Amino acid sequence: MPKTIFEKIWDRHVVRTIEGGPSVLYIDKHLIHEVTSPQAFKGLENRGVEVFRPKQIVATADHNVPTINQHLPIKEELSRIQVQQLVDNCKKHHVELYGLGHPYQGIVHVIGPELGITQPGMTIVCGDSHTSTHGAFGAIAFGIGTSEVEMVMATQCLLQSKPKLMRINVDGDLHNGVLSKDIILYIIAQISASGATGYFVEYAGSAIRNLSMEGRMTICNMSIEMGARGGMIAPDETTFAYLKGRPFAPQGAEWDKKLDYWKTLYSDKDARFDKEINIDAANIEPMITYGTNPGMGIGVTGHIPAQNEIDEKEQPAYMKSLTYMGLQAGASIKGKKVDYVFIGSCTNSRIEDLRLVASFVKGRKKADHVEVWIVPGSKQVEQQAIEEGIDKVFEAAGFNLRQPGCSACLAMNEDKIPAGKYCISTSNRNFEGRQGPNARTLLASPLTAAAAAITGEVTDIRELI
Amino acid sequence: MSKAIDKISSTAVPLNQENIDTDQIIPARFLKVTSRDGFGENLFRDWRYNSDNTPKKDFVLNNPTYHGKILVGGKNFGCGSSREHAAWAIKDAGFDVVVSSFFADIFKNNALNNFLLPVTVSDEFLEKIFAAIEKDPETVIAVDLATQTISLPADNDPAKAGSASEKFDINNYKKTCLLNGYDDIDYLLSIRGEIEKFEHTLI
Ligand code: SF4
Repeated sequence: MPKTIFEKIWDRHVVRTIEGGPSVLYIDKHLIHEVTSPQAFKGLENRGVEVFRPKQIVATADHNVPTINQHLPIKEELSRIQVQQLVDNCKKHHVELYGLGHPYQGIVHVIGPELGITQPGMTIVCGDSHTSTHGAFGAIAFGIGTSEVEMVMATQCLLQSKPKLMRINVDGDLHNGVLSKDIILYIIAQISASGATGYFVEYAGSAIRNLSMEGRMTICNMSIEMGARGGMIAPDETTFAYLKGRPFAPQGAEWDKKLDYWKTLYSDKDARFDKEINIDAANIEPMITYGTNPGMGIGVTGHIPAQNEIDEKEQPAYMKSLTYMGLQAGASIKGKKVDYVFIGSCTNSRIEDLRLVASFVKGRKKADHVEVWIVPGSKQVEQQAIEEGIDKVFEAAGFNLRQPGCSACLAMNEDKIPAGKYCISTSNRNFEGRQGPNARTLLASPLTAAAAAITGEVTDIRELI
Repeated sequence: MSKAIDKISSTAVPLNQENIDTDQIIPARFLKVTSRDGFGENLFRDWRYNSDNTPKKDFVLNNPTYHGKILVGGKNFGCGSSREHAAWAIKDAGFDVVVSSFFADIFKNNALNNFLLPVTVSDEFLEKIFAAIEKDPETVIAVDLATQTISLPADNDPAKAGSASEKFDINNYKKTCLLNGYDDIDYLLSIRGEIEKFEHTLI
């Protein structure tokens, strides 16, 4: 029977299926961080159970860490305790930790791929919804809650019902200045913030194939923003080339054996999807969000929908959202003044993102009134940026290059956007208060964010390149 | 810690808004604690309180007219971040049931793992619930897990009788767990031997 890539991986990992209920799914890799793991460790200890497969867990500190002076003790007490708790728990339970100060430290969804921990055909979970990022390698990867973190620690398994499957085909060539971030923002704007709830999504088509691994990760990363359980892309030569030689990628004969298996991971010709969506890449322009959920996005030259363009039932929530954002229904977004630019998060903080931004800003200077934060996704990205001289480019442009962490993506550390201020951000969520109480977030690609840093307002990047 | 769920009859708190994300349910800055307790205090923190910590009068949780063990939310409830703290906060604030016409997947699992029952109803029935509460905040909603039904008090108008109740879905396994107070970890631990055998079949 023809199978989708999802089914091929899923079927291999089912330990048993409960009659009329979920399946017991075996998990290959479990990533943990300081925020959603402490209660799981504690739960395990309360039950008197040991971590079942500590070698299949990798930990890092990212959500709550400062992005300046990481060598000093964390100032904020609760954050310090939480990060320390992770150190203690990992030590006690023999879990490998890439914590503050470690050359591998970084955002959990950045370090997994860059270290070669993330591999095709795997099942990967983490107590974080953007675990979907790892699907870019052709893995089943999804976010879980803390009780589930405890389950995986206890048994390396989860109880899961098989989701429905959706395929999104993006074909054709992208316009100059349009990045993978624009593709995913466009898709979410098309199908809404709940358009893929209950589904696992496979992205396919020539425009996806042509993307680098970094670009693919950006797309899979935001699958959750349309409600999908996860997103994935079949592995190919781009995937294999990216993985080869990474610290935890297989080597020698093991590599060959794995490669043979990885090459079988694609959706068969007649495989069945519950839903299929086709998108023409030529229709996508640089995107930006104007509202308080990621589905509220438009092309940068477009206008914010007028009230009467919105379904009547949804008008009150729509107007509430615009009030929060301080924006007018029916107005255009281009030219809107911004106060902050944040280039970072597990969506867009990889070396490719930083390189692209640097190549655009080289020889340019930021607008006076704008504060620009560049937060690399990991220590390795930071190191590489310095080796390539990218840090100097940022410095000359007046950009502030910080140290790795989630930072203003969720504003759990000190990196908060002040109330009422506008931040053009390469992260993934524009929810109310996400970047700080009453902060106003406009989601966009790294290039669109960089353009705004230079001009001080929402800008069509195509006019500058 | 957790306890079995069977029948719950209660008045309800209506939160008629779509896409309520977990960042609203419990903002990130309250996720620094390392225990599971006390999150109820900060449930919907930024909708509930001004920046000077005074309550916002127009928010439903600050309105004594509305109370009870059932929270009714708009479509796509619990979207966004996977933080289980959202389920803990709702449970900790005294709710046993959340009703919506659509739940985000991770939130739904998190709720079930904390004996907080997510009840998915049709869009029409959800509107009916909101309308009933608006008309009479003392409306008692009955949720019966064993028969998988949610009911509004019978309508006096005989033409409408029978329309005040709806069946909801829940998988059999989870239903058994909730009715008996079992959790998934107990189950998984009981098959650890089988899991070990399974591991040998993987490359
Ligand atoms: S960068 Fe943002 S979205 Fe990504 S893991 Fe960190 S907090 Fe979550």
